[in-house]
Amino acid sequence: MSEPVALKLTMKDFKSDQEVRWCPGCGDYAILAAVQQFMPELNIPRENIVFVSGIGCSSRFPYYMNTYGMHSIHGRAPAIATGLSVSRPDLSVWVVTGDGDALSIGGNHLIHALRRNVNLKILLFNNRIYGLTKGQYSPTSEVGKITKSTPVGSADAPFNPLSLALGAEATFVGRTIDSDRKHLQSVLRAAAEHEGSAFVEIYQNCNIFNDGAFEQLKEPGIRDDHLIRLEHGQPITFGSDGQFCVVHPPGGFGLEVRETASTPAEEIVVHDATVTDPAYAFALSRLPGFDLRNTPIGVFRSVRRPSYDSVVQAQLAEAKATVTETPEQQLAGLLGNGDTWTIVG
Amino acid sequence: MTKQIRQLERVVIRFAGDSGDGMQLTGDRFTSETAQLGNDISTLPNFPAEIRAPAGTLPGVSSFQVHFADYDILTPGDAPNVLVAMNPAALKANLADLPRGADIIVNTDEFTRRNLAKVGYASSPLDDDTLDGYAVHPVALTSMTIGALAEQDVSKKDAERAKNMFALGLLSWMYSRPYSSTLRFLERKFAKRPELVAANIAAFKAGWNFGETTEDFAVRYEVKPAKMPAGTYRNITGNAALSLGIVAAGVRSGLPVFLGAYPITPASDILHELSKHKRFGVTTMQAEDEIAAIGAALGASYGGALGVTTTSGPGVALKGETISLAVALELPLLVVDVQRAGPSTGLPTKTEQADLNMALFGRHGEAPVAVIAPKSPSDCFHAALEAARIALTYRTPVILLSDNYVANGSEPWLLPEVESLPDLRVEFATAPNGEDGTTFLPYLRDPETLARPWAVPGTPGLEHRIGGLEKADKTGDISYDPANHDFMVRTRAARIETIPVPDVEVEDPDGEARVLVLGWGSTYGPIGAACRALRQRGLSIAQAHLRHLSPMPANLGAVLRSYDRVVIPEMNLGQLAHVIRARYLVDAIGYNQVRGLPFTAAELETTLEEVLKNV
Repeated sequence: MSEPVALKLTMKDFKSDQEVRWCPGCGDYAILAAVQQFMPELNIPRENIVFVSGIGCSSRFPYYMNTYGMHSIHGRAPAIATGLSVSRPDLSVWVVTGDGDALSIGGNHLIHALRRNVNLKILLFNNRIYGLTKGQYSPTSEVGKITKSTPVGSADAPFNPLSLALGAEATFVGRTIDSDRKHLQSVLRAAAEHEGSAFVEIYQNCNIFNDGAFEQLKEPGIRDDHLIRLEHGQPITFGSDGQFCVVHPPGGFGLEVRETASTPAEEIVVHDATVTDPAYAFALSRLPGFDLRNTPIGVFRSVRRPSYDSVVQAQLAEAKATVTETPEQQLAGLLGNGDTWTIVG
Repeated sequence: MTKQIRQLERVVIRFAGDSGDGMQLTGDRFTSETAQLGNDISTLPNFPAEIRAPAGTLPGVSSFQVHFADYDILTPGDAPNVLVAMNPAALKANLADLPRGADIIVNTDEFTRRNLAKVGYASSPLDDDTLDGYAVHPVALTSMTIGALAEQDVSKKDAERAKNMFALGLLSWMYSRPYSSTLRFLERKFAKRPELVAANIAAFKAGWNFGETTEDFAVRYEVKPAKMPAGTYRNITGNAALSLGIVAAGVRSGLPVFLGAYPITPASDILHELSKHKRFGVTTMQAEDEIAAIGAALGASYGGALGVTTTSGPGVALKGETISLAVALELPLLVVDVQRAGPSTGLPTKTEQADLNMALFGRHGEAPVAVIAPKSPSDCFHAALEAARIALTYRTPVILLSDNYVANGSEPWLLPEVESLPDLRVEFATAPNGEDGTTFLPYLRDPETLARPWAVPGTPGLEHRIGGLEKADKTGDISYDPANHDFMVRTRAARIETIPVPDVEVEDPDGEARVLVLGWGSTYGPIGAACRALRQRGLSIAQAHLRHLSPMPANLGAVLRSYDRVVIPEMNLGQLAHVIRARYLVDAIGYNQVRGLPFTAAELETTLEEVLKNV
């Protein structure tokens, strides 16, 4: 095999000529810039990259990427991207979606793409609100959320997107934040390297309809007491002085936060994203409450399982391996297969 | 003993039994033997939606009708000449369809008090006057089969299950069928259990020998081969032919085929069949739902495959939004609707033509697509190729409207030469098409076909974005301009309306007909048989049949206006008639039945005769 040729692409190469039309101050701008800046790292020709989206503010994303792209219909991007990815294993296929698109109208496609482990990189921009339809509560909004459609507060409980993805057998699950470009790109990097579905939740601020939803994870001086930056192979500690840590109390099912000073070092959980049992990543996903205290970010889970694409391609290759005839000869054989009879003229 | 041999021109046999009795297989084998002999054939299976309804009950009855003749026939036959009834339920469920004088072969072993009570027979119809006027042949099928297999190394249950082969042997003897293909079939089917091969062959031969020796069957029949065009034939169902048509479309276009499907009766067999043809580059995906199935197919089309989705009416309803997206994206997509009786779950194993309105109009916005309907089981092959041709050439979704009747019915198919099949090769866009030589305009159209370039991901220099938002002409950029939207809506309509399709052909042998019968889809057979019967009686009638329902043939208006009366028989409440009246201002009259069953030639003959009288 020859060495891959460096394509020397830059961020500019990934900017399309379309005017970006999100609201001024929207978190989507930061994500777009982070993705455009990250893309050259992949060293994949632009023509082999496809962004597929559904409907919602986030789903305008493909228009702004100078790659191939499809802005499809509400909730269906994972299904459409599945057909594309499976039939074109040479492509790098990214799905951009939001909390309404992926978890409400498109919930079924999301969970099935994850269980199949289709080779898709799924970026879920979670702003906990419906933006494009002007401010109704979403499936990640808190109970009691007061919006245009719920003037006395919403009655339904939210999804935890990472818990959902893990329950759907996802092989890669991560979380990051729109405003932390470096961290965002580190999670994109890990997702891109993963074979199969990579599910990345990106906390994204909607400054019009749900401003400040993730403020305590962003505000300098406060955020360090809330954010748990997961690093593979490292003990999980956090806080401005590392004063908090995560332990697995004996007899319990989940993980808990303790003070580092009073916890024996050997009891602090060492993060391992490759643990086969999803219960560990699930426990991590349950650490924070809706108030965002103790919010892990980074790669929760990254395990190996053959992608759907590779299994399908292997079946096709195996079926074709023994073929010696031309397609036309094969077809003639297929049409005349079974009990035939001949009438002589 | 020597048996009398009588020549017949045509026979209709119906095999009926419990869903577990193997009647579909028995009918299939009899059909195959009959095909080997060179008769023309048409078949119609009829089975319940329940997989195994309680044994011996009316809802559990499954039947298979085969019509064979020494001339070309068009339908599976209106009424059976022979009924094979494996139990009282099968007799009761089918008796009303039998004309007096028909032969009834009954399995007397199943006529127990308990089984009679299950279907409400107070006394055995074999003993009272229920069957007066019929030629009843009581045969102890089960016990004779078990007796014949006494020496075989099989359980009593397996021996009992072979009774359908006894029945097949008896019928094969009665109608002088060649049976070597059945013996070969049994060897293949039970290859892993040689004792069952031996048992089923023994049961078949016992049935054959019983016919030869018993005095109850004094006559043996022959139906000579039909005069059919020279060539190699196979018997094929509509679903199988449609599947092969899709494989052929892949070969003739040189494109990989991607099928996204969700299981649904009566379309699932297409998914099953296509899943066997990976060596042709056919990928099949059983999706999580109908919407994902079409979504994945559209995604594959975007990537340069022939995207296909197969379903029935309820599935098409779910796919509507994605079909509209495909209209906006202007990508090839084949949507197969094997219609069944609706609305909702309706009668999932019965036939109907009531999805025409949905195919033509059932989408939001102005979202025209091409619509094609096959007229017979073997025609499904050619209709699938034609649908693929239109989808690929004009970059549009095409809805192929099959139905349960053609999907599960079968007929002999003259195998085409592969080289004679249409050339479906397409050209992908490879270079910028803008005047400046560097810009790519994804919505710059071919002036002849109005199709836009198919620029698949992976093509350098043609990176572009498409989507459901209205696009500016040529550039494909998002556009909210009123004039542009008006232009694009009209262009998408013209793109479908101007697809050249063959003229509709009129069959008007004496040229004196004043009445035209117009049909579409699976009613071709019964309409043709009715017209033929009327003509044999010296009456003049013309028949035209629509394969292309969108766009309609250019000559259709002139054809309709050249007759004094247009009659449109449909298995719906007049959906085509409605379109014809609106479009051509022709005062067409409908003949409509929605019983879940195909028209009989006889009912159409009667109806058309009335029309002829009143012109």
